[in-house]
Amino acid sequence: MGRYVVRRLLQMIPVFVGATLLIFLMVNVMGDPIAGLCGERACDPATAAQLKKEFGLDKPVWRQYLTYMGNVFTGDFGTAFNGQPVTELMSTAFPVTIRLTVVAVVFEIVIGITLGVVTGLRRGRPVDTGVLLATLVVISVPTFVTGLLLQLLLGVRWGWIRPSVSPDAAFGELIVPGLVLASVSLAYVTRLTRTSIAENKQSDYVRTAVAKGLPRRRVVTRHLLRNSLIPVVTFIGTDIGALMGGAIVTERIFNIHGVGYQLYQGILRQNTQTVVGFVTVLVLVFLVANLLVDLLYAVLDPRIRYA
Amino acid sequence: MRSATHARGAVCAVVVALAATACGGGGGSGGGGGESGVLSSSWGDPQNPLEPANTNEVQGGKVLDMIFRGLKKYDPKTGNATDMLAQKIDTSDSQNFTITVKDGWTFSNGEKVTAKSFVDAWNYGASLRNNQKNAYFFGYIQGYDKVHPAGGSQSADTLSGLKVVDDRTFTVRLNQKFSGFPDTLGYAAFAPLPQSFFTDHAGWLAQPVGDGPYRIESYTKGSQMSLKKWDGYPGGDKAQNAGVDLKVYTDSDTAYTDLIAGNLDLVDDVPASQLKNVKSDLGGRYINTPAGIIQTLAFPYYDSAWNNSGAQKVRTGLSMAINRKQITDTIFQNTRTPATDWTSPVLGTDGGFKEGLCGSACDYNPAEAKRLIREGGGLPGGQLKITYNADTGSHRMWVDAVCNSINNALGNDKACVGNPVGTFADFRNQIGQHKMTGPFRAGWQMDYPLIQNFLQPLYYTDASSNDGKWSDKDFDRLVDQANAQTDTAKAVSAFQQAEEVVRDNMAAIPLWYQNGSAGYSERLSNVALNPFSVPVYNEIKVS
Repeated sequence: MGRYVVRRLLQMIPVFVGATLLIFLMVNVMGDPIAGLCGERACDPATAAQLKKEFGLDKPVWRQYLTYMGNVFTGDFGTAFNGQPVTELMSTAFPVTIRLTVVAVVFEIVIGITLGVVTGLRRGRPVDTGVLLATLVVISVPTFVTGLLLQLLLGVRWGWIRPSVSPDAAFGELIVPGLVLASVSLAYVTRLTRTSIAENKQSDYVRTAVAKGLPRRRVVTRHLLRNSLIPVVTFIGTDIGALMGGAIVTERIFNIHGVGYQLYQGILRQNTQTVVGFVTVLVLVFLVANLLVDLLYAVLDPRIRYA
Repeated sequence: MRSATHARGAVCAVVVALAATACGGGGGSGGGGGESGVLSSSWGDPQNPLEPANTNEVQGGKVLDMIFRGLKKYDPKTGNATDMLAQKIDTSDSQNFTITVKDGWTFSNGEKVTAKSFVDAWNYGASLRNNQKNAYFFGYIQGYDKVHPAGGSQSADTLSGLKVVDDRTFTVRLNQKFSGFPDTLGYAAFAPLPQSFFTDHAGWLAQPVGDGPYRIESYTKGSQMSLKKWDGYPGGDKAQNAGVDLKVYTDSDTAYTDLIAGNLDLVDDVPASQLKNVKSDLGGRYINTPAGIIQTLAFPYYDSAWNNSGAQKVRTGLSMAINRKQITDTIFQNTRTPATDWTSPVLGTDGGFKEGLCGSACDYNPAEAKRLIREGGGLPGGQLKITYNADTGSHRMWVDAVCNSINNALGNDKACVGNPVGTFADFRNQIGQHKMTGPFRAGWQMDYPLIQNFLQPLYYTDASSNDGKWSDKDFDRLVDQANAQTDTAKAVSAFQQAEEVVRDNMAAIPLWYQNGSAGYSERLSNVALNPFSVPVYNEIKVS
């Protein structure tokens, strides 16, 4: 187990270097960011040269990358164009997005798995058909439509929530945005759980458990659910990274100042330091989430062992 | 087995905890204005650090407008430069100025505003090593080439043209005659700075201190700034409300939704997509007034295809092929007005705005347009590509409409296409590297309400915003003459002569004058936008 974890951690190094390099090059291809800083006019050449020197943009790209990586390992992610250190931006943005992601994942787990179990056990019944239809609708409607619609109805028409989230972004304010962010994944979790449960319901160990007289509740939670959750856990695990990086749309609609907002602004202003820094952390989150998922397999299914 | 039970228990605990926080967190936050007399207003994250000589966009400018007062202030209604901190600005030759600062002004930290506060601030703004993006504003002052050379390192730290005479007097010597100079001093870059700006720069940036009617109470970068009325403000334009909370919105649509829902008091950028609903949503609480912004199409004169005698006819033809009225009516719902000169109505006729100066060249006339373009040798390369940045504004909509208008006039579906560029930075970059092959979007927001500001930076040879590198000896000569004029009326008419040169060559196609628009809640009254399309915050009353 320990050796397996170490091996996986070591494998992260090339992925990490490759991902940062790719992002770094991609942002660089977009051209000189200084040109956008002076409004509708050309920066005067002397100031532009001075700014380039300050941000290290006068060096060749490979030198920039090496310097940047060197700094990253000492915890310095550079400075954004407005003079704020990128680490400061991260320290305000990541807690907000993590809260949003937690809300979204809780929705996926609670609602998604519950609905999946209910429909899986009652396949073909009206409940099953109803939920299936509902998930179909949710999957086919784009997130921004769901978001804007809920914002308009709950926020403006009925006045149940504030249409925008305050800078503190407490959990209570993030419930509706979290639901919007989770909606599509939630539908997938429901469908995955349903299929998995329906399949395993026919298996020998379930029949054995029923035959030895276990109460139905125990059969479902202990035997059926635990074996059916493996694909669902994989999905949710990889979804954490996707939710954090993909929150741009939801964050824009509800004016949440999280990772998506910083990334969007970083891209618009071609701020290499911001974009690379945030994406690097997102890549790490993704890798760690994947590792945790793999480790969770062993917990759920003792037959899986890592050497 | 056991571990699984634990895991499930943990998940449940998290869910319960979450539900508890969720229940706890919801109630606290109040409506649009928590405190009485304080209004909330939409804001965008300033692109640059909030230094006066480093702020060149409207979001940072909004804050500077509230916390700073300079020697002059532009009247929010007429745009005229009136004395603020300046007691008098004397000159006999339009080149040497003696400036006297009024007595009794202080910064909100108690420090006195003196002649030195100005001279230090201007020296800081001009100095190359401080990376100030508005440094060129000090370019008229003698010694600028020493502290801010075009290449290499600076050979002086201070401008030789600035001298402190006594506590309240300083002299300015310019490197050329410029009669309009005193009127430029209302621009934020010329604001005075307290000593703390130089001694504790990081601390100052975290919470800027100025001499305006508001002081900054708290500033959370990237999300919110809370400004309070400064009770000790000595000026006549005291704040009529208790304060302003500026809230950063990523998307102007969300800000608008918040206004409708009653969580926000003032939105100063009504999104184009909402213009249709604004009357029914807000009724009379919507303002739409001219701002000092003109949109034009500029041309690449470094490309020989656009820099010959025939091309001038083609440009005039293109101008006549654009149905400005129809586009401003349908796309912009009359928040823009078809342009008939190269300045802006906010200047007023005395300031140099001359309606109809463009003449028939700006009238929609498809037949004449077709004839002129044919006579001029047709479109260079057979097709017109209008380059624009697609990341902000409604540029795509109007560029497509302009192309459509040109295509209809020429009877050719492929005569004109839009050429979007992903980001503003890349767009500016391609312009800077002279990569344009056809007309490109050029917007100009005035720095100060002078006709000079609409002409010289844009069309003078090698001027800072002359992106197309247009150059004309007659124009340059007339501008030099106008700047040397001590009489304002004569200077204005000389500038208008220069503007006629722009017209005769159709150096850039004027499209439309842009209005500023804002919507506000029922709590507010006396809301207005100044000619820079910034709300006049200090005059807003909160009930």
